[in-house]
Amino acid sequence: MDEAATRRRRRLIYGGLVGFLLVLPLLAEAAGQGFYISFATRVLILALAASSLNLILGYGGLVSFGHAAYVGIGGYVVGIAFVHAGDGTPILGLLPGGTDALVLLAAAMAVSGLVAAVIGAICLRTRGVAFIMITLAFAQMLFFFLVSLRRYNGEDGIAVWQRSTLPGPLDLNEPVQFYYLVLGLLLALLYGLNRLVASRFGRALRAARDNEGRAQALGFSTFRYQLTAFVLAGAVAGLAGALLVNATGFVAPSYLHWTRSGDLIVMVVLGGMGTIAGPTLGAAALMGMEEFLPELIDALHDGAGDYWKIVLGPLLIVIVLFARRGLAGVIEAAAGAGALRLPRLIPRRPGQPPRRRRTRR
Amino acid sequence: MDPALVVEQTLNGFQLGVMLFLMAAGLTLVFGIMDLINLAHGSLYMVGAYLTATFAQAFDSFLLGLLLALPAAALVGVIVEVTALRTLYRRAHLDQVLATFGLILFFNELVRMIWGPVPIRLDPPDFLAGQVEVLPGIPYSAFRLAIIVVGIAVAIGLWALIARTRLGMRIRAGASNRPMATALGVDIARLFTVVFALGAALAALAGGMAGAVLSVEVGMGEQILLLTFVVIVIGGIGSVRGAFFGALLVGLVDTYGRAFLPDLLRLVLEPAVADGVGASLASMAIYLVMALVLVVRPRGLFPAHG
Repeated sequence: MDEAATRRRRRLIYGGLVGFLLVLPLLAEAAGQGFYISFATRVLILALAASSLNLILGYGGLVSFGHAAYVGIGGYVVGIAFVHAGDGTPILGLLPGGTDALVLLAAAMAVSGLVAAVIGAICLRTRGVAFIMITLAFAQMLFFFLVSLRRYNGEDGIAVWQRSTLPGPLDLNEPVQFYYLVLGLLLALLYGLNRLVASRFGRALRAARDNEGRAQALGFSTFRYQLTAFVLAGAVAGLAGALLVNATGFVAPSYLHWTRSGDLIVMVVLGGMGTIAGPTLGAAALMGMEEFLPELIDALHDGAGDYWKIVLGPLLIVIVLFARRGLAGVIEAAAGAGALRLPRLIPRRPGQPPRRRRTRR
Repeated sequence: MDPALVVEQTLNGFQLGVMLFLMAAGLTLVFGIMDLINLAHGSLYMVGAYLTATFAQAFDSFLLGLLLALPAAALVGVIVEVTALRTLYRRAHLDQVLATFGLILFFNELVRMIWGPVPIRLDPPDFLAGQVEVLPGIPYSAFRLAIIVVGIAVAIGLWALIARTRLGMRIRAGASNRPMATALGVDIARLFTVVFALGAALAALAGGMAGAVLSVEVGMGEQILLLTFVVIVIGGIGSVRGAFFGALLVGLVDTYGRAFLPDLLRLVLEPAVADGVGASLASMAIYLVMALVLVVRPRGLFPAHG
């Protein structure tokens, strides 16, 4: 199959998907199923978070198991500002509270990025399994820190019963407007990511993923590239968190729970690591399963839907073992970019040992 | 400060420490030999607790329950190793994380299906139910003391196993150079199954004892798993000695932090502020220690291989 036809088909598929997202609110309203607009909004917000994780996981090769922490921190920025706007007290005796969406989204990104900078600088001293465990541990630390904050209701979190305000006629209370705002942000992020990974920065980051020693020998300070990516990813996750609070109306330490970080990794891998569209596809697939699998199982065997995760668990293992290119890989195959093969980040040449990320020696 | 309180909290710290050691020893061995990160280690702890509760109820004896739960959990470990984990050794760590994350979901739901969502009560044996006087005028829970004794006994036993027996020699050989050990005739796959079963039994031992102190519930494994990770990172991944000292350090820091930090801060801060800051700091203490260790020694206190 020739290259041009493949490219055309790929463009057709992704164009169709974006087109579907653009008209989804109209379809949902026409069908009288307004629920799907808010559901799709949440999917797109988590797609933002998963896409940010993809920058460090897929392109940087850094398995951060604490990414939900930055989502949660972004969420808490909105929540805490809301509490202080309500009772008129300043935050930490310094800043006024508020509900201005533009300020809050920017603040969420800044705070999450800052926390990511500190945590990243420590975690990036290690590699491999230690990196996985430490990112997880720091996320857990922030989780317990937030639980210990009695001012913000500890484990119960904050009910943010008013959405952040936008200037002019824009209003986040309008589900359709909120949806298009999130969709616009996601498309902008994906466009930016696409440019970023192709840039010099992105190439250096990927080079560090594929062979860190060689990248360093070429004169790249891999630590700096990785930390920059870590901070960027944290900031975008913070943005997603701030949006998520507006979508769900509450923020609690559960946002930072380690299973949420696991969910984000699952989304990235399910959709296709190191692909632009993958995390979005993965977010849609995982949340779709979460939403509809229980019903499906209930239909097969009444009352069993409660235990849907017993299906998800083994499913994950099977996906990991046999379909590492994820849904984006399926789309590639449909576009005719070659048969669906087991993925390899670096093509293995004959004579080379199987590639594994070494952690010792 | 009240000396009785200090003694009590120190013992509490040791008790948490040996519990963490039982978990960390298995996890760190599994990692050292097979380079496998196993999130589902916490599930074995949980399964161990449920099995202990079930057997204890059936035979009306905690000790018998615990003794039966150990081989049963080891069997579960072997099944998991043979069916799921064996395919993961040659995979990247990300694959291992995801697959064992899947295992956690599976086990949590399985346990919820079998035993239901309500936590189960597990009582310590009668002869350990009371208190003993550890120092004149300072009583302490006999069961918690027994946990410390069991933990230290296991630590000594493990040391003897690894340093003094043929199996231990193979384990050390496998950990330091797997291809060489294979070339010299060690059946690494079988060795690993044995080590995994041992790790599962230790996790079940910790789970069974913890079940009688806390309660037996779904999700109990994850809480201790995350603490265990901190222990392993502090101690040095792959090192059993590191796991032991890391576990005691984490146990003591966590317990002391919760018990004394708010009071200490009251000396310099207003009571209300001190309580709030103290509680926050105490909940973060072990992670701060971990960060500090990493800054000074990124490979942990006792790096496994030079």
